[in-house]
Amino acid sequence: MQAVKSFFDTFLLTELLKGMKLTGKHLFEAKYTLEYPEEKAPQSPRFRGLHALRRYPNGEERCIACKLCEAVCPALAITIESEQRDDGTRRTTRYDIDLFKCIYCGFCEESCPVDSIVETRIHEYHFEQRGEQIIRKPELLAMGEKYEAQLAEDRMADAPYR
Amino acid sequence: MSELIELAWIVAKIVALVVPLFVAVAYMTYAERKVISAMQLRRGPNRVGWHGLLQPIADALKLLMKEVVLPQNANRFLFVLAPMLAIMPALAAWAVLPLGDGIVIADINAGLLYVLAMTSMGVYGIILAGWASNSKYALLGAMRAGAQVVSYEIAMGFALVGVLMAAGSLNMSEIVQAQAGPIWNWFWLPLLPLFVVYWISGVAETNRLPFDVAEGESEIVAGFHVEYSGMAFAIFFLAEYANMILISGLAAVMFLGGWYSPFHGLPVLGPMFDWVPGIIWFCLKICLFLFLYIWFRATFPRYRYDQIMRLGWKVLIPVTVVWLIVVAGMVLTGFGPWF
Repeated sequence: MQAVKSFFDTFLLTELLKGMKLTGKHLFEAKYTLEYPEEKAPQSPRFRGLHALRRYPNGEERCIACKLCEAVCPALAITIESEQRDDGTRRTTRYDIDLFKCIYCGFCEESCPVDSIVETRIHEYHFEQRGEQIIRKPELLAMGEKYEAQLAEDRMADAPYR
Repeated sequence: MSELIELAWIVAKIVALVVPLFVAVAYMTYAERKVISAMQLRRGPNRVGWHGLLQPIADALKLLMKEVVLPQNANRFLFVLAPMLAIMPALAAWAVLPLGDGIVIADINAGLLYVLAMTSMGVYGIILAGWASNSKYALLGAMRAGAQVVSYEIAMGFALVGVLMAAGSLNMSEIVQAQAGPIWNWFWLPLLPLFVVYWISGVAETNRLPFDVAEGESEIVAGFHVEYSGMAFAIFFLAEYANMILISGLAAVMFLGGWYSPFHGLPVLGPMFDWVPGIIWFCLKICLFLFLYIWFRATFPRYRYDQIMRLGWKVLIPVTVVWLIVVAGMVLTGFGPWF
């Protein structure tokens, strides 16, 4: 009996018709497409985009050149050189990130004891010249200044979970 | 001089058929992308022009401007000849297809035979393309396509024998005239198994999903046309879609009453739709089949190669043979409104 039923099921293409019914129904359903440049997907406060170096509210840069980020970076994208400043504190003289090497894992951000190196929400950027992919300390600090409000808000939102 | 005028008239008729056909092919690709996207809950092309309506034109321009790369060890002559051999029969078969009552380029008596001959020719383009490319994927794709097209030709031919028996003529216009009447007078009803077999073989003939092992992106890259680029590739593409439209047109002529309206000859509804020209009904029927092509593509996974062969030889051919005998009985007894 089962064999007869399965023979007719195969011969009358019932399973194929079921499949076509499903796709036919999908034809009229609401679509999920996002019209990208006009519409954007929501971002998490933990979004890991382009990097930035932050400053304290009094204008002092946070980075103390502990080089934890350089050590933890799995892609060896960070290069740091440091010197003693006149007031006796240690500061970086060079802080380069090679964005071609960077895999945006966020380890640098997590390893930072002073919340200095962070990743912003910016993910739409491009390079026009060879060498532009290496962003240096002044650019990183400028990024931090520009997006400080957003960065502080995101750190605050994520603080209870850290 | 009169011969010259006649020649010009024939050329004009051919142009009047081929230009809309090319436009139809272009917008078939657009419709395919849109419908498949919708079935996959996407929106599809919507950037070029209103709702992406200019997308096929942009695609054509892109292909036109691309370089046609000739592989180093390819057979140049055959490599260039193959796409032409692919598109020529796809267009030539249109000559005998009646678009409306009396609207046909060549009203020849052996129309059905001519169509079968022309659709079989298409496989030469595919095989030569695979051979001339000097590439293993192309050769594999060509061999698969060759075996598949030849196998399904038989099932298709058998299915059309049923039409021939029912209509009692090889002339395409007479086949349509034999179906004069409302929707249940058309041949799809008495020849339903043959209609299904014809349509499945038609999908296989054009190497469309779920029978697209000839192209099989995931196994042999793009099959017989891996090595083609630019306009040469575009011509293969054009040939594939022209073949799809042709197979749909043939299905409409043989099983869905060609240019007749589905209400033809009915007391009230019939005269209500008399003002619609036959060619509109014909195009609507073609669109129905083309939509089925797209629907299949969006729904079914690819058949395995041996399954395709099994379906063609062990299922479709026996079914057609059995139903041919039934049709013979129906014709002899003058069964129903059809015979």
